Amino acid sequence: MAPPTSSQIKPGRTLLALLVIILAMGATVVFQKAFVPKFGLDLAGGTTVTLSPVTSDGKAPPQESLDRAVSIIRDRVNGTGISDAEVARSGDNIVISVPGAGRDEAIKLVATTAEMRFRQVLAVAAASTPPATLPTTAATPNSPAVTPSAGASPAGRAVSKALAEPTPTPTVTRRARSHTATGEKSEAGTRGKAAPSPTPTPSAPAGEEDPLAGQDLTGIDPATLQRFRTIDCSAKNRGQGAQDDPNKQIVACSQDGTARYILDKAAVQGSQITTASAGVRQDTGEWVVNLDFKSQGASQWSDLTAKAFGAQPPRNQIGVVLDGLVITAPASNGRIPGGKTEISGGFTQQTATELADQLKYGALPLKFVQSSVVSVSSTLGQDQLRGGLISGAIGLLIVMVYLLLYYRGLGAIGIASLGVATIVTYLSVAVLSANVGFRWSLPHIIGLVVSIGITADSFIVYFERIRDEIKEGRRTLRAAVEVAWRRAKRTILVADAVMFIAAVVLYFLAVGGVAGFAFAMGLTTLIDIVVVFLFTKPLMSLAARLRFFSKGHKLSGLDAERMGRTSGTEQTLQEA
Amino acid sequence: MPGIISRLYRGDIDIDFVGKRKLWYGLSALLMAVSILGMVIHGLNLGVEFRGGSVFEFPRAASSSVEEVRETIHEEGVHQVIVQQAGPNWRVTTESLDTNEVPKVQQAVAKKYHVDVDEVSTQVIGATWGGEVAKKAWIGLAVFMLAIMLYLSLAFEWRMALAAIVALVHDLVITAGIYAWSGFEVTPATMLGFLTILGYSLYDAVVVFDMIKEVTGKLGTSAKMTYTQAANNALSHTLIRSLNTSLVAILPVAAILFIGTTLLGAGTLKDLSLALFVGMVVGTYSSLCVATPILVTLKEREPQWQALAKRVAQREASAAKAAAADARGSKQTVGASSQNGAAASEDDKRKKR
Repeated sequence: MAPPTSSQIKPGRTLLALLVIILAMGATVVFQKAFVPKFGLDLAGGTTVTLSPVTSDGKAPPQESLDRAVSIIRDRVNGTGISDAEVARSGDNIVISVPGAGRDEAIKLVATTAEMRFRQVLAVAAASTPPATLPTTAATPNSPAVTPSAGASPAGRAVSKALAEPTPTPTVTRRARSHTATGEKSEAGTRGKAAPSPTPTPSAPAGEEDPLAGQDLTGIDPATLQRFRTIDCSAKNRGQGAQDDPNKQIVACSQDGTARYILDKAAVQGSQITTASAGVRQDTGEWVVNLDFKSQGASQWSDLTAKAFGAQPPRNQIGVVLDGLVITAPASNGRIPGGKTEISGGFTQQTATELADQLKYGALPLKFVQSSVVSVSSTLGQDQLRGGLISGAIGLLIVMVYLLLYYRGLGAIGIASLGVATIVTYLSVAVLSANVGFRWSLPHIIGLVVSIGITADSFIVYFERIRDEIKEGRRTLRAAVEVAWRRAKRTILVADAVMFIAAVVLYFLAVGGVAGFAFAMGLTTLIDIVVVFLFTKPLMSLAARLRFFSKGHKLSGLDAERMGRTSGTEQTLQEA
Repeated sequence: MPGIISRLYRGDIDIDFVGKRKLWYGLSALLMAVSILGMVIHGLNLGVEFRGGSVFEFPRAASSSVEEVRETIHEEGVHQVIVQQAGPNWRVTTESLDTNEVPKVQQAVAKKYHVDVDEVSTQVIGATWGGEVAKKAWIGLAVFMLAIMLYLSLAFEWRMALAAIVALVHDLVITAGIYAWSGFEVTPATMLGFLTILGYSLYDAVVVFDMIKEVTGKLGTSAKMTYTQAANNALSHTLIRSLNTSLVAILPVAAILFIGTTLLGAGTLKDLSLALFVGMVVGTYSSLCVATPILVTLKEREPQWQALAKRVAQREASAAKAAAADARGSKQTVGASSQNGAAASEDDKRKKR
């Protein structure tokens, strides 16, 4: 065994490093005023819905369609005016968290399956609101165009035969459509925040005219007309998520809330779409969306495009209705037999891909079931939080008392280490909560409490090693502390690595609470290593210089009697 | 018995864990058989999270009784109603209700007991959800075991990895058996507990193995001790640490169990800590009496250690003769496995030379 080289260790410097870390974290907490970490819904109260996809073959659904579903559901949730809801994927499941109580309606709305339908446009107008509320946005339908908001497609869209004779920029479409795919994107991006739709700014002068003035209203149900006049497409809740009846005429807003439509009965179902993809047209280099239908859908599509082509604007447009909103309404350039279709007009790569995804996945029969709906009242949440914190405090206290009784002076070092570990844990929790948006739930807190044992064990391993060295009787305490550390260090690292592997595996493979629990366990394992290396060990080195410890005072936990060593002269047993 | 306690404190004990391994194997085999029998006969009492169903929880009014609450919910057309007291709340478990029935029950309860509708916590779990949670847990378990096998094989060797995994399966089976026989409810929180036990069980085994590695590493070619004896020596060395660790780990869990039961009644805290509590007790036993004995059984098959065992046996035979002549030899208790014994034999050997 190598002689101890205590000169290489500078315990004071290590302790200082830890102090700097703690102060930095503390300063972050104070600076960000993040004293109380944010709590999950099981502690703060609220509703959590877990949606599981149901596929016909029982296999895992495609990842893109899940992402798509998340984005659709997020839109719906934001649309209902719930500003603080979160929609997130958890494996193959979608978890919707709505803080607060009484959100049953929102949850019902959120969980419905998205169905896509193609309908002929019967009438269209800007997203006018009743003049009393927002007079400036009222627009006449015959104004040349609904001015697109930023990022909108500049030109109208058209459907034409794919791979057929290339039609240059569509001529049949007069009405500019403002399909702001980019606007929709940003809406999806601001998860959990209020996501106002882009404010429609029609260029037309404000007026009190009937939005339907001058349009052909034949064949439109009076009730539908009435609804069209009152609908407010600039409102947050503009009917997204509504289940439209395929056998009835409907009123719907455009996705970005800049236009409103009356649409005919559904002519083609979205489930008839076989493929949809974004691509660049060879001759003009512009972005288009290519679309194909199943055989039944193709013949329906052929009829629909022919009917629309023969009609006067705006009835030459075909509205694609997804989730209660018109995602696009291209004009027909002629009958499209065989299904192969191209939608063109002012697409960018992003908007084309987006629409293709919507056509493809919006139509996908990705059915969800509500696997679990958990609604926790705020009082129950507080009870749980209190229970968790109290048990944590009691657990910590018992362990500290035990360490003190068993290890005496060494125990005091253990207690100090646990104290530091507690501080570092609290600071990490606060910092994570403030900066990564981490929400602490009951499983996290339990994980932290359970991990007290792991943290304490590192000290025990080390203390036992020191006692072993002393027992062998050849060393001074100062030397024993260093030799014992070299051996204990390895044990602590290996054992903590096992714990950490367990935490990582659980975190990535488990669902729900288990993942939170695993996170807390992994975090404490890391903190344990930090505390043992940067605090316990250097403190022990310093303590070894004290007479209290080095002379084996009765209360130091290192006294000769308790070590089973009565006096130095009896140390006859030496290792060979 | 202060004598034993102070000897324990000093680490001055010599329990032959490894030598009695047939006894432990027998005991463990029996326990596992009983556990499996329990799972076959009784099965696990799966919680509502696995079976599917609805749970309502609301503040308990002073005057209300279990029968009253059951009647109130029965009147809403719900058939299976189980009413439990959960700390300051009532906890009512029913069959899986749909999105229309849940608010009805909520409102009925709120009206009857004069609480706000929002004060009635609800939980609705679909029947397939539990299956998915369980499936994920199995996958997690499999991956975890593979990862640990790999890690321990690299950090130590495959025999240690195998011994640790066997001990781990042993813990799981017996814990599950305890659940089957006692009828404790198995919820996702219980599974959390199970999974934590895995970590602890391994953690403990790793610390013991680390010590065995260190002790046996010194054995070399000297004929002082067999691998078995050295391993037992290492185990005795870490025994005090193992017991301390287990105690320190169980204490906070016991605190959660206590608080969970008294303050909150049925719920996550209680389920989890009960699983941890049961599992840690089993885990402490297995790390001492299963993991190390299995490792020793595996190691003693290696030629290197077989040869050593032979040499030690020869030497001991001759040492025994010498000891018989010397009356003091009879005072040695279990013999060569303790450092005292080994060193004494060493002295004898020198004398003979």
